[in-house]
Amino acid sequence: MALVSFVTSPGHSGTTFQSHGKAVLSATLIGTLLVLAGLGMPKWLTFLLTVAAANGLVSLGIVVLMRSGVVSFGQGLVFAAGGYAAALVFNKVGFHDLIGLAFLGGLIACLIAVPFAPLLSRYRGIFFAMLTLALSMVAYGLLMKLEMLGGSDGFNLGRPTLLGWNLPDQQVGYIVYTVTILIATLMALGVHIYFQSSRGLLMLAVRENELRVEYLGGSVRSVVIFNFAIAAFCGGLGGALAALALGHIEPNFSYWTTSGEFVFVAILGGWQSVISVFLASTIVELVRSFSSSYFPNSWQLALGIFLLVVIRFLPRGIGALWVKEGTR
Amino acid sequence: MLQATGVCKKFDAVVAAEDINIEILTGERVSLIGSNGAGKTTFVNMITGYLKPDKGKIQLQGLDITPLNPRLITRLGVARSFQIPQLFGELTVLDNIIAAHVCLSASLSFWRPARESNTTQRAHALLERFSLQEHRNRRVSELPGGVRKLLDIAMALTVSPKLLLLDEPTSGVSADEKFPMMKTIMDALGQEQSTTVLFVEHDMEIVAAHASRVIAFYSGRIIADAAPEVALANEDVRRYVTGELLI
Repeated sequence: MALVSFVTSPGHSGTTFQSHGKAVLSATLIGTLLVLAGLGMPKWLTFLLTVAAANGLVSLGIVVLMRSGVVSFGQGLVFAAGGYAAALVFNKVGFHDLIGLAFLGGLIACLIAVPFAPLLSRYRGIFFAMLTLALSMVAYGLLMKLEMLGGSDGFNLGRPTLLGWNLPDQQVGYIVYTVTILIATLMALGVHIYFQSSRGLLMLAVRENELRVEYLGGSVRSVVIFNFAIAAFCGGLGGALAALALGHIEPNFSYWTTSGEFVFVAILGGWQSVISVFLASTIVELVRSFSSSYFPNSWQLALGIFLLVVIRFLPRGIGALWVKEGTR
Repeated sequence: MLQATGVCKKFDAVVAAEDINIEILTGERVSLIGSNGAGKTTFVNMITGYLKPDKGKIQLQGLDITPLNPRLITRLGVARSFQIPQLFGELTVLDNIIAAHVCLSASLSFWRPARESNTTQRAHALLERFSLQEHRNRRVSELPGGVRKLLDIAMALTVSPKLLLLDEPTSGVSADEKFPMMKTIMDALGQEQSTTVLFVEHDMEIVAAHASRVIAFYSGRIIADAAPEVALANEDVRRYVTGELLI
């Protein structure tokens, strides 16, 4: 029952403790199960799930934006910002802590994105999407040209530590997986609680009818700006974790196709459940992994067909399988 | 309560408001009447800040609200409903009311559930006043027109307005439903004695039954401003508004 409450994002009534208690319990249960399951997984699967969780964080940010009625096609910008920030601090400053670098990536991405938020919050629909895409492509161009950041090849980073502990060779993959899963679970819980809050309802109201929100005394722009900052933080966090898992960073993090994949996952998951975003990200990584093994030159075709099927039969995304229509 | 002084507004060659001077007192129930294009809705839109007058000023309790935007004017205690209800279509009726409460809330929270008991109780009480309880869990997009109108007005009341503007509250509702609906609205407003109400209305029977004062517009000008029985008997009103006298 507790698990269902976290997964389905119902409109809770009752006290704060009652509502969030169930969600915290569900998140703890899911996080623990995934961490324990990782002990028995092959290395390729823990790596795949690590990347899926990191990418899922970026798409989670897009879902936050979608709930307030806008979609960013440029989350590659914050993904790259988080990744480069973590990688540069790792190599230049000598700070190697996995958790610290992950959150530092989120923070730096947020700081880079927020100055653009007041401008972006004036736009809606395709204009918002295209402006964010333009920003990410400007970043891509800069990253390609800047030799100090490795140019088009990017650069490598070494093995992170965890709270001062040097990770042994055999366990590094599992520990990065565990930390990524725990951070993703924590963020999913936080976003779930945010969705259920009064601010969460306000963002749905903004998506439905901006004019009415203003005529009820609410500030539409502040909602969009705040959600843009949250999305940037999620994106930066995902970028840092992805860079640390891969041990490499390159300008492609900010390329438009990368941003497109995050939107793809967000649409696939739907905006009604935070879990569905991570599930969608995992499905995409699995399809990509298996497709590129069996038909390497046409895995995008398989992914495209899969999305078409989902849009045809589940227009509200995978989350519609367990979130009934009309619930928040 | 509300004072409009020398308010003028033109849309190219069309005069929507010409030297409008009105003072509305606290607690009045004022009906704005006039044929289509007479300037009623323009006047309402200027009060709420959606349109800015070309000349003149509008004051709320002595404060000049002319340059303010709709959000700030709402926060000063002016609420409105719309000719075409402006609702949150994919949310339930209850969530619409809660969202309306949330919009003005000074303590928006990132973690306190939107449906916490205090807010939900207030929402239920408001739904009760507007006889909307039976619809509370229905999605707004599935509701009939009359219910949507009531919900639109109920949402405006969540801001506890000093001045409530109702733009054609019974338009688009069948003749049979108009009177019961207006009665429901006025009964619900009856609990807000200090709230001043301005309503735009085309049905003169409803105006006569529910207004304490009538302001008639014609071509952006005020042609009558009096008690209903006096205003509705005015020759210009009968000629230009109700059409009882041939021009």
